[in-house]
Amino acid sequence: MTSSNIIASTREVYDFHGGIHPEEMKSLSNQTPITKPAIPPKLVLPLQQHIGKPGKIIVEIGQKVLKGQMLAEADGFISAALHAPTSGLIESIGDHPIAHPSGQSDTCLTLIPDGEDRWCELEVCEDYLALAVNEIQRKVTEAGISGMGGAGFPTAVKLHPPKQAKVNTYILNAAECEPYITSDDRLLRERANDVIAGIQIVASILKPKECLIGIEDNKPEAILALREAVFGTDIEVCVLPTKYPSGGEKQLIKLLTDKEVPSGKIPADIGIVCQNVATVAAIYRAVRYGEPLISRITTLTGMNIHQRGNVEALLGTPIDWLISQYDYRPATKNQRLIMGGPMMGFTLMHSDVPVVKTTNCILAPGKKELPIAPPAQACIRCGLCADACPAELLPQQLYWFSRSQELEKAEHHNLFDCIECGACSFVCPSSIPLVQYYRHTKGEIRQHKADLLKSDQARERFEARQLRLDREKEEKDAKRKARAEAAAKAQATKKAAGESSAAPSGDSNDPVRMFEPKSSEVSQQEANTTPEIETVDLEALKLAWDKAQSKLDKMYDALEDAKANNPDNVAKLTRAVEKNQMRVNQAKLAWNKASETKAQPLKVETETTEQITKIESVDIEALELALGKAESKLMKLQSALDNAKPEQVEKLTRAVEKNKGRVESASLAVNQARTSTKTNNETEIELPDLPALELAFEKADSKLAKLQNALDNAQPDQVEKLTRAVDKNKVRVETAENAVLAARAMLAKTVTSTEAGDS
Amino acid sequence: MSVIVTAILALLGLAMAFGALLGFAAIRYKVEGNPIIDEIDSLLPQTQCGQCGHPGCRPYAEGIAAGEDINKCPPGGEATIHALADLLDVDAPELDAEHGEEKAKQVAVIREDECIGCTKCIQACPIDAIMGSAKHMHTVIESECTGCDLCVEPCPVDCIDMVTLDKGHAAWHWDPPKPGHIIATDKPSRIEGVSI
Repeated sequence: MTSSNIIASTREVYDFHGGIHPEEMKSLSNQTPITKPAIPPKLVLPLQQHIGKPGKIIVEIGQKVLKGQMLAEADGFISAALHAPTSGLIESIGDHPIAHPSGQSDTCLTLIPDGEDRWCELEVCEDYLALAVNEIQRKVTEAGISGMGGAGFPTAVKLHPPKQAKVNTYILNAAECEPYITSDDRLLRERANDVIAGIQIVASILKPKECLIGIEDNKPEAILALREAVFGTDIEVCVLPTKYPSGGEKQLIKLLTDKEVPSGKIPADIGIVCQNVATVAAIYRAVRYGEPLISRITTLTGMNIHQRGNVEALLGTPIDWLISQYDYRPATKNQRLIMGGPMMGFTLMHSDVPVVKTTNCILAPGKKELPIAPPAQACIRCGLCADACPAELLPQQLYWFSRSQELEKAEHHNLFDCIECGACSFVCPSSIPLVQYYRHTKGEIRQHKADLLKSDQARERFEARQLRLDREKEEKDAKRKARAEAAAKAQATKKAAGESSAAPSGDSNDPVRMFEPKSSEVSQQEANTTPEIETVDLEALKLAWDKAQSKLDKMYDALEDAKANNPDNVAKLTRAVEKNQMRVNQAKLAWNKASETKAQPLKVETETTEQITKIESVDIEALELALGKAESKLMKLQSALDNAKPEQVEKLTRAVEKNKGRVESASLAVNQARTSTKTNNETEIELPDLPALELAFEKADSKLAKLQNALDNAQPDQVEKLTRAVDKNKVRVETAENAVLAARAMLAKTVTSTEAGDS
Repeated sequence: MSVIVTAILALLGLAMAFGALLGFAAIRYKVEGNPIIDEIDSLLPQTQCGQCGHPGCRPYAEGIAAGEDINKCPPGGEATIHALADLLDVDAPELDAEHGEEKAKQVAVIREDECIGCTKCIQACPIDAIMGSAKHMHTVIESECTGCDLCVEPCPVDCIDMVTLDKGHAAWHWDPPKPGHIIATDKPSRIEGVSI
């Protein structure tokens, strides 16, 4: 072959930094024409065979589909459709292991071919070069074409260039620099015209200034075929010296244009678009014949496959089935299968994963063909990796940063410009798996960034929630304050309305303080009373008795009611009822006594003044008792009012007012009686002490009872306070009791002495 | 004599001028708050889980700034401790087991047919990542959930599970290569493939 003539290129080709020359091994598979395997018994079609969002399924399980029928449509701009590679039945939709280094599963459609291989209706277009731009774009989008070189970027996106970005150079990547792979080589040899037609279609959209084809000089037949095909067009075939990785996008651009793609940018940013040979051929098939992307040319190579070559495999063909069709005979069990080439491919975790749009090679190396790397040794800082790096990075530094997980430093050393070509690992004399470290570190950095983003989001949400809670609390406080103010105002007006009906506005939270204003009020009322009623008689006592009795009745009712509805009040009420029972008895006793003594002077008209005095003193006693009772009742009612439920307030308020009136009248009566007694008898000076003392005792006792009640129901933080208050009151009650007893004894003595004096 | 006076006056003048300048700068460029708290807070994982004993990550950041131990954050784990140690220039201690263990990232998932709509989990969630209203089914917004665990306890019907996230192959990344043997003849049978 006159290869020197063919290879001679008119165009100057530049060089890129580094690169390696691994054994090519291409002749293993490029000697035979592309074959078409039979239709496999089952096709597994992953929804995501491209970068971007997975397609949206538009068929159902059990549905019959024709060859070329769309199964999933592109979901968004950066997405790709999926079509039925042959006619058949959708058997299932579910997770199936996919060709991914992780060995994980993803959503796949399973198609059982019916063997008829019947096409659906296709949109054939003879005059494809006259088509409108958007027509071509639509056809490419609908054909579900994505980059078939390796990354799998949806092709339709590349055909929608932004208006302001002018494409200067269109580059067709036919370098195929990776060892073993010959799918592009065979495609160009056999279908160069398809490829050139594809370039013309793309060029009609992008309208670049120049169209270049970059191809390595180790493919002379393909170069010849291309040269023939481009004859008469302005497409230029640029032959490159064989060097790995000249097929890398950025490296190819450097080779052909001497331009470098800036870090973090894409070729389109400097006016260059790069596409793979197979992709362009697929574009032609789609636009010319309306054929969607349903098959691709895949290299089956490696010593374990004995019928090596290129096959046009249907997408979704299980790899284990496919290689078994081409005399796959592993030398030993568990021989690994590699998808892609020896440099950038990955070992498959499952052999039943399907062929996808990016599967350019299936490599089944023999036992000694691609030996397992020897153990890594210490880095000797030879710098060979830096010499080999096509991205002009510092692999050694990146290695240290990766090992110590210094993510930030690794990023500053432009780790993300690494194209993971593996040249550094290839040249490393210490067999350090450098590129594996970089892959891991890249993943870690991405993960770290995602975590950071998420934590920022969480922080924002947390702070927003905190603000919301604070605001709600403030609102609540403001509302509570307003309510309290309104209540205070209402009480103040009430106070003003009835001068004697001052409702205590004491803090209901403090049970000790609750009692103080009341007792002071009571004393005030006592002080305010002026003697008006002249005569003291049985009627007052009778009245007191009646009142006590009616109150007792009421209490019984309340107790019944509580038993039925409110069990926790029962104990309290029962105690109250007992006490009232006692009072009623006392009142009755007092009345009886009084009526007896009253009857006496009626019968015996000749009573001594001493006797009268005695009667009167007894009367006073009874009256004071009645007063004390009335007062304690009033106090109770008021405390009930304080704790009352809204619907009871009115009732209780009425009761309180009524009782206040009674207290007033009772205290009036007492004072009257006292003054009259005083004027009547000089000897009875000591007598008024007793009722007063009894009153005090009564008061202290009832207060104590109340406190104890409060203590029983108190909250933990109030217990201590209440206990102190109870103790104090107990002492008071005792002293009061003692005083009463002493006074009684004294009174009895006086009475007896006067009686004795009389007799 | 006059030379000394001149020198003193010149120095005095300079001192006053720079003093005024510094005084102005101190007021004009005053840093509000303690910037170290923000830096610490940015390193914490923001799960707001309260396992450190503080009611959120920022309070813990304030605690650390006030001299508290840096090893009380189980969700952050070793990585956070190291980052904090780097920032504060102290030795990185082990994670304090008293506050919990480092676990894989989880998210809360409500078994929705069992949810009675009590809103208790909504009130417990520190980042408002649970949707729902009274007597209606609740659900966790998975992308927002930090996996803090705080919603599990209040649920009266125990219908909240903490599940480890399976992000699928999109979020997968390569494991680090296994450290090889330095001497090639060492136990060759145990050498595992690290290169293709």
